[in-house]
Formats: sequence, structure tokens, C-alpha cells
Amino acid sequence: MAAVGSPERGRMHPHKFILWVGIGSIIMMFAGLTSAYIVRRNQANWLEFSLPAVFWYSTVVILFSSLTMHLALKAFKAREMPRYRLLVTITAGLGVLFAGLQVIGFLYLGGHGVQLTGQGSNPAASFILVITGLHALHVLGGVVALLVIFIRAYSSKVKSYNVSRIEIVGTYWHFVDILWVYLFIFFNLI
Amino acid sequence: MSNEAVLQTSVEGAVAHGVHHEDEHHEHHHHDTFISKYVFSMDHKMIAKQFLITGMVWAVLGGLMSVLFRLQLGYPDSHFTFLEDILGKFWVQDGKITPQAYYALVTTHGTVLVFFVLTAGLSGTFANFLIPLQVGARDMASPFMNMLSYWFFFLASVIMLSSIFVETGPFSGGWTAYPPLSALRGASPGSGTGMDLWIIAMALFVVSSLLGGLNYIATILNMRTKGMSMTRLPLTIWALFFTAVLGVLSFPVLLSGFILLIFDRNFGTSFYLSDIFVQGSGANTGILPNEGGNAILFQHLFWFLGHPEVYIILLPAMGMVSEILSVNSRKPIFGYMAMVGSLFAIAILAFLVWAHHMFVTGLNPFLGSIFVLLTLLIAVPSAIKVFNWLTTLWRGNIRFTPAMMFAIGFVSLFISGGLTGIWLGNSALDIHLHDTYFVIAHFHIVMGVASMFGMFAGIYHWYPKMYGRYLNNTLGYMHFWITMIGAYLIFWPMHYEGLAGMPRRYYDYSIWESFKQFGGLNQFISTVALIVFATQILFLFNFFYSIWKGRKVTSKNPYNSNTLEWTTPINPGHGNWVGEIPEVHRWAYDYAKDGKEFVPQNVPIDPNESHHH
Repeated sequence: MAAVGSPERGRMHPHKFILWVGIGSIIMMFAGLTSAYIVRRNQANWLEFSLPAVFWYSTVVILFSSLTMHLALKAFKAREMPRYRLLVTITAGLGVLFAGLQVIGFLYLGGHGVQLTGQGSNPAASFILVITGLHALHVLGGVVALLVIFIRAYSSKVKSYNVSRIEIVGTYWHFVDILWVYLFIFFNLI
Repeated sequence: MSNEAVLQTSVEGAVAHGVHHEDEHHEHHHHDTFISKYVFSMDHKMIAKQFLITGMVWAVLGGLMSVLFRLQLGYPDSHFTFLEDILGKFWVQDGKITPQAYYALVTTHGTVLVFFVLTAGLSGTFANFLIPLQVGARDMASPFMNMLSYWFFFLASVIMLSSIFVETGPFSGGWTAYPPLSALRGASPGSGTGMDLWIIAMALFVVSSLLGGLNYIATILNMRTKGMSMTRLPLTIWALFFTAVLGVLSFPVLLSGFILLIFDRNFGTSFYLSDIFVQGSGANTGILPNEGGNAILFQHLFWFLGHPEVYIILLPAMGMVSEILSVNSRKPIFGYMAMVGSLFAIAILAFLVWAHHMFVTGLNPFLGSIFVLLTLLIAVPSAIKVFNWLTTLWRGNIRFTPAMMFAIGFVSLFISGGLTGIWLGNSALDIHLHDTYFVIAHFHIVMGVASMFGMFAGIYHWYPKMYGRYLNNTLGYMHFWITMIGAYLIFWPMHYEGLAGMPRRYYDYSIWESFKQFGGLNQFISTVALIVFATQILFLFNFFYSIWKGRKVTSKNPYNSNTLEWTTPINPGHGNWVGEIPEVHRWAYDYAKDGKEFVPQNVPIDPNESHHH
């Protein structure tokens, strides 16, 4: 079954291909949002403020989680299942931690007079909430996907060594990581 | 073969039986219950039928809505008291459609026809039905996602339908949902609950489209049978491929716009709101506290989807028309690569012209001139396509089947509607023509009716493959001629009204001195609209009657067609082919070649054959 991904004609596993097209789709969504940000930024009444320092920590966390994801995939390929389970758990944990840190960032902004929603909020801050929040939801979606393959690794009676499923989750995980790095640079530079 | 493996892992081997038991009859279903076969089906052919029939329900509802508001436009002084008993006080008072209901009808008609009928009903149906059959795959790349795609659409449909029944009525700010009418709950009765339901339904619809589109692309690129190179694909598949690409890249941007809109509506942000004075009662009166937003921002995000959307609607029709014209002219399609290239050009340009919907929003005139140029460039690939359709027909041995009639009708409508696009693409002319009936006439002919014709052509042509029976031809011809003549009679006069400056979206034109002259014309249009709508009932009857009582298909390939779907059994089971999937040796358009009437794609190349693709 593992050979399914590379048949005679050298085509990619269709499910992997679906993920890549889906990534293109997610890129368009964030491209739409960041373009809207640029358009709005060039108009009057734009609030300037610096990003909370906690976003630096969350960046480190998500970069580190990509590393553990990568190691988990390596462990899986080497059939080292206990190590694989540990690394998947750490990756999922780091994902949740990342989302938590983003929320702390929002609270910090709110506590320092930069209102994100409601009366008196400026689109500059609301954009941070919407774009960062939407990204955090994508990370949490990745956590759910990790949990699904994690539960499978424990519960399935038939030992399945189909690597394509975890490769798909891994690719997605690295993508949301890179997406955050892009957003973080975008918010700092633009 | 990756084809077999995917189907097996996804459907847990329940359906790929054709491969392993080659002598077994294809109608032998292992554990298909009613639920798994007709409701939560993962068979692309059943999902296609689900999309089609749901789309037809919406087409009837949307069409009925247009009949209702045409009653108001044609007969503003008449009282239809019987409607009050049927529809209730919100919709009809004193025998007249209420202004609130009028705007609700126009809005819902637009939303439903654009998204639910001509996107889900058209590409949902034919992408699902034709892609696996014509590329030679047992099913989609992910049958499960495909099933989800339909059920998200179904959920969206239920929510949109329910919005018609809420006390304050459905959303009534136009299908484009511009803020502030869409962003402020108090802006109009429909802006409250009606808009909540509208936006939830639309968000679900976007999810459905994305799930479907990802699958279509992956199937076309990864699941083609042996020998089916990209340049051997039938043009239907190329068109559906570009349609899916457009959808996958543009719908997410619409979703972005909707997310910001949801925040403005529910969380007090000001992405689209600024400088608004609310006239109302109680605490909401006065200057709106939301400051610093920009309503034009929504228009950019909306039309970045909105313009590709018109090609999402049009391209599947173009693809099916190309195929049907070639099959029924008994000639190869003229300029296959030019057809593919022009589809590609249209797909690229679709992303670069959105601001031509916004010429009069205060857009920088210099920027406007660039969008004029890019917009007018679309005339080039469009003209290539029209030229190739006409040259395919030229000196063909034409069989005037109902499908062929609708395909030729499509070409006619595409020319008529396309030419007025050249007018509207000019930002200077647009100052006069924007928001008039000229625009209504243009987009209904070129996008609405033309794509409907493509859809009808597709239904008439592939009905035998869908249900194993034929539609009644006499009813088909009646359906074609009345719809064809009626469509021109309805929309042609609107050009004159628009040139005279008659604005769209008004409730009653009879009180304007300048538009009183059109009273008779409006009555005429409304009457024709009623007749054309009634004719569609004829089609519905034909469709459902023929499912059970139509003439049976007796041969695998009734049209002597070349594409792979006609190599499957008359009623193909899940998995499509009994035994091996046929191998492809040639392109799909070997008609009238080397003295042979037609040569199907799976026939090996003869050593003495002349040049082949």
C-alpha cells in the first residue's frame, strides 16, 4: 500500500495532491486578507502600534513544533512507534500552546488600550485579530488531524504502516508554520 | 494502479468489485442499502444526480421568484389578491408584491441562480458526472470528500431556504451583499436574521465548492487512465478543470470578505463601516460608533471572486457545447489546442478584471483604463472560441438533436451577450450604462441564459448515460424553441430600456415620466417570462417522466461518440467499468477520419492511419 504514492507513471498520491491544491486555496484566503490589510492601511485613520512580544515566543514554539513533526515522520518511517507517539504528542501540545500564546497576545493588546473589537476599535487591530485568529484556527485544525492519526496509531487492530496519511498531516503542519512566519514578517514590515 | 487503490481504501473495498470479479454482473451490489446508494452515496454518478436535482429545485424556486417580481414590474397597478392567500402578508399586500418582498425576491433570485443553480447545479453535476467517466477513473480522488461537498451544499440550501420563511424576510440588499446594507442589522428588515442565514448558507456553500473543486483538480491531474495524456482530454474536462481552478483560487477570497463582514455584523469591528448616520428609533439612532472602515474594500474582495464566478458558470457550458457540437456535427472540433489555450487565457484574465464592476465607485481613472484594457482582451479568447464553434459546424453532417439545438443556441446567445460586454467594458460608456437594464440584459444573456442552455444541452446529451433512458425529443424541441425565442424576447428589449437610462432594482417605473413609455414593453417582457417559465415545467415533466418511463437505451454508444463514458455498461455500477479500465490511444475527436465515421478513444492506432493525436 505504501507504494500507492509512486505508481509506474510517477504520479503523486491523489490525496496528497488534494492537500497541495488545498494549500493553494488557503494561501488565496490569506492573500485576500493581507491585501485588504494593505489597501486599508494606505487610507486615513490607521492606528500604529507594536505587536505584543509574546508573538515572538509563539513563533519559536511553532518553528520548534515543525521540527518535532519532522522527527515524528522520521520515527514513523523507521517503525519506532513509541518514539513516534511521543513526538506526535509533543507536536500537538506545541500546537495548542501556540494557539494559547496567540490568545495571550490578543489579551495583552486589549489590556494596553489597543481594542480589537467593539466600539472604538480600529481596523488595524481588528485585522490582527481576524488574520492571526484564522491562522490559529488552521493550526488547531492541524492538531485535530494529528489527534486522529494518533488515535489510529493506538487503536487500530491492524498495524498499518501507510505513511501517506502522516506525510499529508506533516506537509500541512509545515505549511501553517511557514504561513505564520509570513504573517509575522508581514505584520512587522508592512 | 493508483486508481484502484484509492477507491478501495476510501470505500473500504465495497465497490471495486468489478476489477476482481470480472465475470460478475455489474448490477450486483454487495451491501448497498437505500441510504448508502441514494442518500449518503459516494458514487460520483449518484452525487452528480443529487447536485442536478437539488439544482433543479432551486432553478424552479429562483425562476418563480423572477416571475413574481416581473408581475410587479409588468403590472404595477394591478392587484393579484389570490397571491395574498398563497404567499401571506409579508410578500403580498392588497394584491401587490410589497417593496420589501420585491427586494427580497430580487436578492434571493440572484443568489440562488448564480450560486445554487449555475455553480452547484451546473459544474457540481457535470464535473461529478463526466470527470471520472471521461478521464477513465473509477471514481473521484476522494469519494468521501465528494459526498461531503454535496451535503455541505444541501445544508447551505436548507439554510438559504429557511431564510425565506423568517418573519423579517430574507436578505434584501442585492446578491452582491454590499455593506452597509449587509453589515448593519438595522439597515433593512432583511439585514437582521435574513442576512445571518444568508451568510451562513453562503459560507457553507463556499466550503462545498472548495471540497468539490479540490477533488475535480486532483482527479483530472492524477487519475487519468493509461494513455490519457492531457492533450487527449475531451474539451469538457479541460473546461471543468479551469472551472475548478478558478473556484479553488477565488472562493477563499470571498470567504475572507465574508469573515470580515461577520466580524462587522457581530463583533463591533469597522472593516467596512464608517461615517454612517442611522435613522431609526430608540438607542440605535444617530451617528454609528463604528468608524474608520471602507465599504469599497468589500467590493474588491467580493468582485475578486465575483468576476471569476461568471467564468465558473460559463466555462462548463463552453466545454460541454464544444463536445456536443463536435459529436453531432460528426467532425473533429476545430482548433483543439486553440480551444484549450483560449480557456486558459480566459481563466487567467478572469482574475485581472474585477474592478470593471467598480468603475463608478470612485476608482482611480488611470487604474480604470488598465481594467478596461484587460477586460476588452477577453474578447480575443472569446472570439477564438466562437470562431472554432462555427467552423466545427461548417459543412458538418449535423444531427439536430435537442442537445445540439441547445448547444447552437448557446453559441448564438454567447455572441449576442458577448458583444454588449464590449460596450460595458468601457469605463466611459459605463458612466451612462452602469446599473441600468442594459447591464441586466447583458449578463442575463451571456452568463445566465447561455449557461442555462449549456446545462440543458448537457442534460439532453448525457441523460441516456445518467438514467439509461432517453428524454422525449418532441418535448425537447418545444422546450428549446420556446425558451430560445422567449429568452431573446425577454432580454433584447431591456437593452433599449437601459440605453434610455432606466435603472435596475427599482420597484415601480410607472411613476417616472421618463420611463412611463416602457410600460407596455415591461408588460410584454413579463408575459413572455411567464410563458418561458411555464415551458420549463414541460421540461421538468419530461425529465422526471423519462426517468421511469422514457424509451430505453439499447446500445452502449447511442451517439457513436468517441469519449470513454460510452464504453461503460448502459447502467454503470459504482466503479464504472466492468473489468479493466480501457486504455486510451487517441484524442476524443477522431470523427470522419480515414473513411471511418468515428473512432473511439480506446481503439488502438492502426499502422496505416494518417496523422493522429
